[in-house]
Amino acid sequence: MKILVCLGNVPDTTTKIKISDNKLDATGIQWIINPWDELALTRAMELKEDANNLVDGVSVVSVGLASAEPTIRKALAIGADEAFRIDCEPTDAFFTATQLSLVAKDFDIVLTGIESSDYNGISVGGMLAEIIGSASVSAVSSLNIDADKIIVSREIDGGKETVSTQLPVVLTVQKGIAKDPRIPAMRGIMMARQKPLKVIAATSTANLTEILKFEMPQAKGKCKMVDAENVAELVNLLRNEAKVI
Amino acid sequence: MSVLIYAQNWDGKFKKSVYELLSYGKKIAENNGTELIALSLGNVEKDELESLANYGADKIYFSNNSAFESFDNEIFTAALKQTAEKVAAKEIILLHNNEGKALGSHLSVALKAGFVSAAVALPESYSPITIKKKVFTGKAFAHVKVNSDIAILTLSPNSFEIKEIASAATTEEMNFTLPTAKTKVESREVSKGKLLLTDADLVVSGGRGLKSGENWGMLEDLAGVLGAALACSRPVSDEGWRSHTEHVGQTGKIIAPNLYIAVGISGAIQHVGGISSSKCIVAINKDPDAPIFEVADYGIVGDAFKIVPELTAALK
Amino acid sequence: MNFEFTEEQLMIRDAARDYVQREAIKDVLERDEKSEFPAKHVKALGELGFLGMMADPKYGGGGMDTVSYVLAMEEISKVDASLGVIMSVNNSLVVWGLQKYGNDFQKDKYLPALCDGRQIGAFLLSEPEAGSDASHQHTTAEDKGDYYLINGTKNWITNANSASVYLVVAQTHPEKKHKGINAFIVDKNSPGISLGPHENKMGMRSSDTHSVMFTDVKVPKENRIGDDGFGFTFAMRVLEGGRIGIASQALGIAGGAMERAIAYSKERKSFGTEISNHQAIAFKLADMAVKIENARNLCLKAAWLKDQHKPFGIFSAMAKQYAADIAMEVTTEAVQIHGGYGYVKEYHVERLMREAKLTQIYEGTSEVQKIIISRDLLHD
Repeated sequence: MKILVCLGNVPDTTTKIKISDNKLDATGIQWIINPWDELALTRAMELKEDANNLVDGVSVVSVGLASAEPTIRKALAIGADEAFRIDCEPTDAFFTATQLSLVAKDFDIVLTGIESSDYNGISVGGMLAEIIGSASVSAVSSLNIDADKIIVSREIDGGKETVSTQLPVVLTVQKGIAKDPRIPAMRGIMMARQKPLKVIAATSTANLTEILKFEMPQAKGKCKMVDAENVAELVNLLRNEAKVI
Repeated sequence: MSVLIYAQNWDGKFKKSVYELLSYGKKIAENNGTELIALSLGNVEKDELESLANYGADKIYFSNNSAFESFDNEIFTAALKQTAEKVAAKEIILLHNNEGKALGSHLSVALKAGFVSAAVALPESYSPITIKKKVFTGKAFAHVKVNSDIAILTLSPNSFEIKEIASAATTEEMNFTLPTAKTKVESREVSKGKLLLTDADLVVSGGRGLKSGENWGMLEDLAGVLGAALACSRPVSDEGWRSHTEHVGQTGKIIAPNLYIAVGISGAIQHVGGISSSKCIVAINKDPDAPIFEVADYGIVGDAFKIVPELTAALK
Repeated sequence: MNFEFTEEQLMIRDAARDYVQREAIKDVLERDEKSEFPAKHVKALGELGFLGMMADPKYGGGGMDTVSYVLAMEEISKVDASLGVIMSVNNSLVVWGLQKYGNDFQKDKYLPALCDGRQIGAFLLSEPEAGSDASHQHTTAEDKGDYYLINGTKNWITNANSASVYLVVAQTHPEKKHKGINAFIVDKNSPGISLGPHENKMGMRSSDTHSVMFTDVKVPKENRIGDDGFGFTFAMRVLEGGRIGIASQALGIAGGAMERAIAYSKERKSFGTEISNHQAIAFKLADMAVKIENARNLCLKAAWLKDQHKPFGIFSAMAKQYAADIAMEVTTEAVQIHGGYGYVKEYHVERLMREAKLTQIYEGTSEVQKIIISRDLLHD
């Protein structure tokens, strides 16, 4: 069984977003693996290391220019066996999913994070499944392989469902799939040098959407402070000024 | 041509978020002079189904087919696609929840239609459609143009006012050609009667400032008096004080209640990303410099262990 | 000239940062308060490969360069300088010393466990009457034919209780003065070794420091490092490299204090504005940044020279003296910027200030570094 983890390269979650020239101002931004994708990679590694190992290999793929390679090599250092980079700037989700399908069609389990913390939205996993015609489950918070059966749980409102799925499958994963992202060990960093990182030419495809411009949220008005000795005043404000209770 | 909304049901009932979708869809339909179509999949009683007419649906399509008992991306996508084609939908509007997000992305490929998630307002123009959506988990907005004839949207919760408009809707049962499911729901655990964080109008949330999971009693009391749902910040769920299903923030749930009360939460940028669309934010923190006060509407500086019980008492 | 780090060096820096910011930060205040050894963090850092990061991969080392080591030490010490010194002693003194001067038998026997954190090492040079002065050793190692018999007391020994492997410097031939000194690998559990009480230190309280007493401790001949009389040279060479570790630790302490001071000055308000808008504060921050950048450049230069197998001893002395002294200055100013909050433990900067002080003292005081530097200048 072969697992593919799709990696998005996104601004660090602590980044203060600045827009200039109608694009994200990349100055000073630290790029990281999309946190959900990183958890997906962690789970893939756990499955590979499991004693009843049914996983032959874990590969990673990212759509991006050469500047995305540090993130990709970090995934190799964490333990992925091989990597693919599809050589183009990801534009909209459909474009990105189409590029990913070049690689994804050869894998049994494809993992994508439920949401990328940038503007590509939440849609890449679902689109990818639809393009390659595989089974798919979204909002997956646990993944286990039992013999040849893939068992996942997905969050539903107020609870969860256990779902079995055929292969191949695209799983859109969320928090809970693994506890903490892994930190690459020195040995892994050393071994990453020797692992293959294949660069694949992009396929031409349309963008179904495009961003015309960005806008920053309006600054909040000043916070109205209430004295700690006068909690009743807060209740009054919530009832009569904000009218939320 | 028409506007199609998918009216998801929960054990045969609709939620107000579905009516929000209808109100939103109705505005678009009125603008374009087209019909508003609602599609319901799964077992919903007639009365409940007809409630969709109270919010402006012109036609209600439904199917009680048992294939819709549990959610499957391919099966639900097939039903939506066939409906969209039948009614020549130009705008397809979905809830911004797990099902809606999944359906939007599948349909986008199936219909070659641009998909915009987390829209926060009506389209700014209609041909082509341009619309404002959240990006960078609410830290910014983008104005997005859809390059296809059909546009698929998910609507960010609490972004549009629900408006009752009685209409004489017709209901019609649909017969779909459905694929064989590749996934199967083996079991389901649902805690009944619990107010869901993502549905809640009022949310009481606790952070690391509460020191330990054992101190949640006072928040439960406050939430009880308000009828609010409970939430927490990331360190709290990481420490295992509360379940990760209550984690609100950039890597947890993104919520937009009317009132969000943050107790002992410093307001790290990742947390704020998950709550910034709340209508009113109250911060209770002993540190007057905590960044949460920068996004809060009302703040109290002081000891949460004293203030929260007083607040609960004052609300009683 | 090239000031760019490689992708790998940055990955190592980020790995160190991620670990301490995610894990060590959680209990750093508590361990400081209780003077508690960070056993679980040492284990985790060992598993990640930080405890033998420059050692040869064939012994389970990371095979990384000294530049990476500087970056990792800096990040770790920003959060927890105690963890930094434990790592520095193990990497630059014990593992490096063994790998460079040990024989194959010694390397095969000791290095793998020291590299992956199953064991840690301690370096026993300082004595009650002479800090880091290797030439006057009162501890004796008497040659008994088949073995050496060690007697004496070592002071201020980092990792004394937690270490399994001791590198001990002792005098075998007093008449030959420093040319009679030897260095030995000694199992900490050897009969005759006893520890003094845990030192109740001002800072770096989470590292365990004791004096170690040797009473007729038998050490097999095969445990001597190098030829008879090599001990002084051994100690000097090892300390040259060790200074890079401590300099980077001091750099990290200063950097941690500056990061906290910047964050605080952007939040804290006085006279109606964030205090960072007051020039008095902003200039303090600018001064900190310049000092830290200078210190970093000195550390990196010494590391780079070492990686190029060029003489680096003077530069590591400069790096250590300068980084330690500015760490003291920067942390003191960071406390000042925090005002009253800086004086309470919760805000970390008073701890960093206490930690900075030790970097001016151990592994050669700032004054000793100046001796090394000036001797080189004045040497004909």
